[in-house]
Amino acid sequence: MNELKKRIKYNKFLSSIFLIIGLLSTLVGLFLLTVLFVDLFIDGYPRLTYKFLTSFPSRIPEKAGILSAWVGSFLILFVTALAAIPIGVAAGIYLEEYGRKNWITNIIEINIANLAGVPSIVYGLLALGLFVYFFKFGESILTGGLTLALLILPMVIMATRESIRAIPNSIREASYALGATKWQTVQWHIFPYSLGGILTGIIIGLSRAIGETAPIITVGALTFIAFLPSPPITSDFPFLSFKWLFDPFTAMPIQMFNWVSRPQKEFQVNAAAAGIILMIMTLIMNGLAIYIRYRFRKKIKW
Amino acid sequence: MKIKKFKERIIESLLFICAVSSIFITLSIVVVLSYETFGFFKEISIVEFLTGTVWTPLFEPPKFGILPLVTGTLLTTFIALLVALPLGLMSAVYLSEYAPHRLRETVKPILELLAAVPTVVYGYFALLFLTPILQKFLTELSGFNALSPGIIIGIMIIPYVSSVSEDAMRAVPMHIREGSYAMGATKFQTAFKVIIPSAFSGIAAAFLIGISRAVGETMVVAIAAGMMPNFTINPYEPVQTLTAYIVQVSLGDVPHGSIEYKTIFAAGMVLFMMTLIFNIIGFWLRKKIREAY
Amino acid sequence: MVRDSIKAEVKNLNFFYGNVQALKNINLDILEKRVTALIGPSGCGKTTFLRCFNRMHDLYPHNRYEGSIILKPDDIDIISPNIDPIEVRMRISMVFQKPNPFPKTIFENVAYGLRVRGISNKKVLAEVVEKSLRGAALWDEVKDRLDKPAFDLSGGQQQRLCIARALATNPEILLFDEPTSALDPIATSKIEELIVELKNNVTIIIVTHNMQQAARVSEYTAFMYLGEIIEYGKTEKIFTAPSEKLTEEYITGRFG
Repeated sequence: MNELKKRIKYNKFLSSIFLIIGLLSTLVGLFLLTVLFVDLFIDGYPRLTYKFLTSFPSRIPEKAGILSAWVGSFLILFVTALAAIPIGVAAGIYLEEYGRKNWITNIIEINIANLAGVPSIVYGLLALGLFVYFFKFGESILTGGLTLALLILPMVIMATRESIRAIPNSIREASYALGATKWQTVQWHIFPYSLGGILTGIIIGLSRAIGETAPIITVGALTFIAFLPSPPITSDFPFLSFKWLFDPFTAMPIQMFNWVSRPQKEFQVNAAAAGIILMIMTLIMNGLAIYIRYRFRKKIKW
Repeated sequence: MKIKKFKERIIESLLFICAVSSIFITLSIVVVLSYETFGFFKEISIVEFLTGTVWTPLFEPPKFGILPLVTGTLLTTFIALLVALPLGLMSAVYLSEYAPHRLRETVKPILELLAAVPTVVYGYFALLFLTPILQKFLTELSGFNALSPGIIIGIMIIPYVSSVSEDAMRAVPMHIREGSYAMGATKFQTAFKVIIPSAFSGIAAAFLIGISRAVGETMVVAIAAGMMPNFTINPYEPVQTLTAYIVQVSLGDVPHGSIEYKTIFAAGMVLFMMTLIFNIIGFWLRKKIREAY
Repeated sequence: MVRDSIKAEVKNLNFFYGNVQALKNINLDILEKRVTALIGPSGCGKTTFLRCFNRMHDLYPHNRYEGSIILKPDDIDIISPNIDPIEVRMRISMVFQKPNPFPKTIFENVAYGLRVRGISNKKVLAEVVEKSLRGAALWDEVKDRLDKPAFDLSGGQQQRLCIARALATNPEILLFDEPTSALDPIATSKIEELIVELKNNVTIIIVTHNMQQAARVSEYTAFMYLGEIIEYGKTEKIFTAPSEKLTEEYITGRFG
């Protein structure tokens, strides 16, 4: 009996050793995230002024800013959202609510899982061949936005499906029992109830898009742009202009990349400052996503 | 009534088109890559491409051996996996088997932030924070190297590895877990003797996702690994990966249709094939294990 | 006839899931090398009671025991917080409702309890595995494929494998939680024969909602209702001449 007690003690000792290892393994990531943020903040803080946000890039590091970069990022994101959200949500709804189990839906499913694993730069190459040279959109905001839309499409589809799948069948049956058609059921029940999950997925997708660098380098984002795209509103009839879609562009991560790769210390300060803003954007978007998920989970209880 | 039915049909068709569009993405990836790669092999022999150990397409005389880029990619990936697989797995075991519910629910979203940080920021971190620190201990480490970006990529992909493995472990039915505890096993014994083998297919899938991410990661290596296509497995030296090469060419002004332009598609094709192979291995592994149980 | 000796003494046992009291003031003696059956309608607390014996409730937060279960002959209170649940589980084994073999070979499944105790001597393991598989009446069916995955076995074989796994560590008490509820009639009768066989060597407590099963395998039966023991006594007496009206109503199938 003593032998057994000794053994138990030893087993429990091993188990608690692992408790520490496991906890440390979990914390190491969090710790590094903190270090990363602090390091970035210390490096970039001196450059973080209003002027930094409202100046164009420049050869003189102290005068350089990120105006064209953040405007570019927002315009690209706008195009990305406009393209990826309707298609992604529609595809998700089709696969969950309409698609019968046959070879086509099977292939689509495998395909989407596979697309999610394709490196982002490969999307860049696709866009270079397809949008820049085949459709002749040029190295433009439109191309950049569509490229990132391709990239986040699988994410939007998967988020939509997951969130629709969580709706119990009884809701559908109740709706059909009242004589609603499929689309009415989707419109009135499925879509509103899954909105929280879908929004969460969309925001996380967009936050990924805003930080993506590689694919938009391949489609020809420029690293030095000292002007803004053409304004979308004009004084002449019809007052709306889409010329900006075909303007060349830069974006936040591109600007940061450009500054990081310069040897001068001053430019690296700019890089850190741009990095802080980029991080803040991503953190806000992810925080929003977590909040929405939490809110909707609380509101709807099956 | 007829109009209503017609409307339903139209809507279903529209939704179907959206769903099918994803297949067109894959098809166009394959078509675009193959088209340009085919053009590339019209000018460069496939044997030279696959066996050559010098990659200097932008210099005179140009040489087109892809191996340095492949070894560069494998080297940074290998380092990343050395970091991500153990840490990700241990953290998954901790979160799934040890951590109290509240802690797990708080830690998971924060851990997922690691995957949300823009990769260019990680690149900055690798080049300007980690490399200088490592150089204090490893004097022969050059300013650009494979080690530092490899480690950073590893940390970046921890959430992929840990969250998919954890899901797999938590999916192991409670009565299997209880069976082990009922024999007097500790949490540690239960986790390693029963839960990990039970969740093996999911863990393998998590590892493959991690590998595929590491192989495709671009900005960290483009910034911190040095854009030098060295044919080496020494992590202290600068290297270039397939992805970093594509970035390097894209940054310059390469005329459409030139051989330099085609090289990035050839490199992209190799990259695509590598990730595809990992995906297929993952698929096969999962199927095989599902049959075994 | 020798008087039966007591293996475990349950005294004033109360059990709570958070604020919900699931067991109320239970007093009962478990007799050595006898089969004791716990019967009662679903939700009456019989499984909760059974799981107190090997401290399974300790796996989940907010569970609380009151009272004591004294294990003889060394007189330790197995639900006392001072006693390590792992030690209790090493002395008292359990067989679950659904067969739950591990994703290992047949051999390793049976050897699991020994491995947990740090025993790795091949000869010892092989001997114990054979003995336990024979004890669970499974040896002849699996002796040629000990290195095959346990999942290859049928449901009934898997359950007997789980019994072998539980036997391998020489438990003082063997707990059965509705062990045949997931099995077909033939597999069920095999398990029942096995239980009758096993009681020569080990004390058995079995939860069942099949009254015929309780009548067939047990010597003592406790009828539980709403977390309390309504009646406890010799099985023949409970089933032929129950003294409580509630017991009679349950046995004759008027509720349950």
